Amino acid sequence: MSVMTQTGTAGAGAAAPVPVLKRPSPYPGWFFLPAAIIYGLLFLLPTVASLYFSLTRWTLFNSTFIGLDNFAQFLREPFLIKGLINTVIYAVVTSGLKVVLGLLLAVLLTSQIAARGYLRSVVFFPVLVSTVGVGITFTVLMHPTNGMINEGLAMLGIKGPGWLTNPSLALYSVALVDVWKGVGLATVIYIAGIVAIPKDYYEAARIDGATKLQNFFYVTLPLCRPATVTVIILSFIGGLRTFDLIWAMTRGGPGFASDTVASVIYKQYQAGFYGLSTAGNVVLFALIAVLVVPLTMLLNRREGHE
Amino acid sequence: MTKTSRRTALTGLSAGLMLVTALSGSAFAQSINLTYLIPSGADGVAVAEELVKSFEAANPDINIDIETRPGGSEGDNLVKTRLATGSMADIFRYNSGSLFQAINPQQFLVDLTNEPWQADVQASFKQVVTAPDGTVRGAPMGAAMGGGIYYNRAIYEELGLTVPTTWAEFMANNEKIKAAGKVAVIQTYADTWTSQLFVLADYYNVSAKDPNFASRYTANEAKFATEPAALRGFEKLQETFEAGYFNEDFGAAKYDDGIRMVAAGEGAHYPMLTFATTAIAAAYPDMIGNVGFFAQPGDEAGMNGLTVWMPDGIYIPQTTSNLDAAKKFVAFVASVEGCEAQTRAGGASGPYLVNGCTLPDDVPPAVSDMLPYFAEGGQNGPALEFLSPIKGPALEQITVEVGSGIRPAADGAALYDEDVRKQAQQLGLPGW
Repeated sequence: MSVMTQTGTAGAGAAAPVPVLKRPSPYPGWFFLPAAIIYGLLFLLPTVASLYFSLTRWTLFNSTFIGLDNFAQFLREPFLIKGLINTVIYAVVTSGLKVVLGLLLAVLLTSQIAARGYLRSVVFFPVLVSTVGVGITFTVLMHPTNGMINEGLAMLGIKGPGWLTNPSLALYSVALVDVWKGVGLATVIYIAGIVAIPKDYYEAARIDGATKLQNFFYVTLPLCRPATVTVIILSFIGGLRTFDLIWAMTRGGPGFASDTVASVIYKQYQAGFYGLSTAGNVVLFALIAVLVVPLTMLLNRREGHE
Repeated sequence: MTKTSRRTALTGLSAGLMLVTALSGSAFAQSINLTYLIPSGADGVAVAEELVKSFEAANPDINIDIETRPGGSEGDNLVKTRLATGSMADIFRYNSGSLFQAINPQQFLVDLTNEPWQADVQASFKQVVTAPDGTVRGAPMGAAMGGGIYYNRAIYEELGLTVPTTWAEFMANNEKIKAAGKVAVIQTYADTWTSQLFVLADYYNVSAKDPNFASRYTANEAKFATEPAALRGFEKLQETFEAGYFNEDFGAAKYDDGIRMVAAGEGAHYPMLTFATTAIAAAYPDMIGNVGFFAQPGDEAGMNGLTVWMPDGIYIPQTTSNLDAAKKFVAFVASVEGCEAQTRAGGASGPYLVNGCTLPDDVPPAVSDMLPYFAEGGQNGPALEFLSPIKGPALEQITVEVGSGIRPAADGAALYDEDVRKQAQQLGLPGW
């Protein structure tokens, strides 16, 4: 199959255009070899192998083929199902809050306020701190009786809940900390998106007599859609895969109340159920693909229509 | 000076250098470096340091570096991974019993059956570090432990309580303690493993009613949810929670808080393994006299006995490059001098499993309270994890749920049976 290229005709002068082969790359093909080997060995091979091992009972040394038993087991156990549900809740809550808060902070931080540069760095700072460090710090702050948060509430006469020990609250407490830590990144993406909106639109809107609210809803919000798409995709995938913060704060507890797929997988691996935890990884992979691929397509299609 | 003589001088110099290098090289070769992997925790590290110090004093040509690892299931994971990847330390300390079976001892550990010191190791310990092929692969590290309930003696004295021998008496004591405005039962679920004690320490009571429970359980015939005796452990946990006996911050408190509370009288009872005696003695030396211990009571006073845990073992992986030196250290730990070094560092926490090892006379009350169960006329029996290779890994999460009122006892026991089934299948046991 040959390809016509415009550059091919330039050197041939007035002669009839000759079909030329695809312009050769300036680099020989084996330049790609190191990357291909690393990618194949460390990514493709384990991916294929994990598909196989998810169908076995595996002790690292020998494996017995057991068909889909691991998946059946994974989907039968109540806390594994709970982990799946929690994962989706966690991803929706964190990405939703990051979008809303990130956008509001970005609007604030692009307006004319005092100490803007300083405030921008303050908002971004938690992103730079180690997740585990943040988790441990907030575990201390959220202690039900000696934690600073509940002691503060007690001063106002409110009896604070067990943020991490109340099973119906633990997952949301961790999600809030995740938002605190991750909203800086969303804000930065939004700031870039807002700054890139040409000033003309705002001027036109002002001439039309738009209020500040109208400015926001009819100019800023639609025109920073690319930023919104990026923030949603990034934080949603991040939320689905979340592990480090949950592990540092609750280890999936109390009981199984804040387990996510990732923490369940880790626990199965710790217990030596290598086949089962590999099956869990396949489930997580499928879950992310099933949720994120349509989401990406949907968000990008709308963008194209505008 | 001619060229030749200069060359000779240079040759002489380099020969001299080589000689020096060779000498220092052989000096290095004589001193052997070993690594010793232990679970972290102040008391365990102190014991290991004292053992290593005493051993190095007797064997100046061997250096031992101590490495620490996390405990609990995180540590299990690390030990398995290091064994599987051939990167285990030369000697390591790890649980005996069912967790020992789960690390594939036959494949990874050096056979120590024919070591001369095995003659002095008690049979009850050898049994829990024996691989499926009948070979002994470890030596005892530490003293036998009891699983039961620590109590604050000052609170008992103040309220005029006596040590309970039945569960009803225990609950009556709790009621009086609560009525006096004190915390009756300390629970520390931030360290999830501590939540298992009410279930695990109840095993003597299970076996007293059903002596064949362990073998039937291993053969997939007896279940926690369907055997009333076995279910009692879960029910006891639920009862104490529902009665409101726990400390307010039970969900966020840690093991370290638990031992502080029982020593300082911030709570009256703390279900725990007696290895904590060493930790209490180290952290609260002036309050250790306040801490007593009793076995978890069953339903009948006549069947009151202690559930016993065997200590950890120390093992040598087959990947070690200094087998002889590693064996020397293991032999030292399993000797009378080894016991003495452990007592020096951590105090005595219970009877040792090496013949000839004795306890000092001035043991703390938590230890002397434990001795009658081992003496003539006393009753004790091993915990389930030493009688069966199966222990479900999710027990600690399930007991947190039952102990926090998230899941009722019967439901928790049924869930645990599921967890046990996974473990049995993974171990490839027949009948599952």
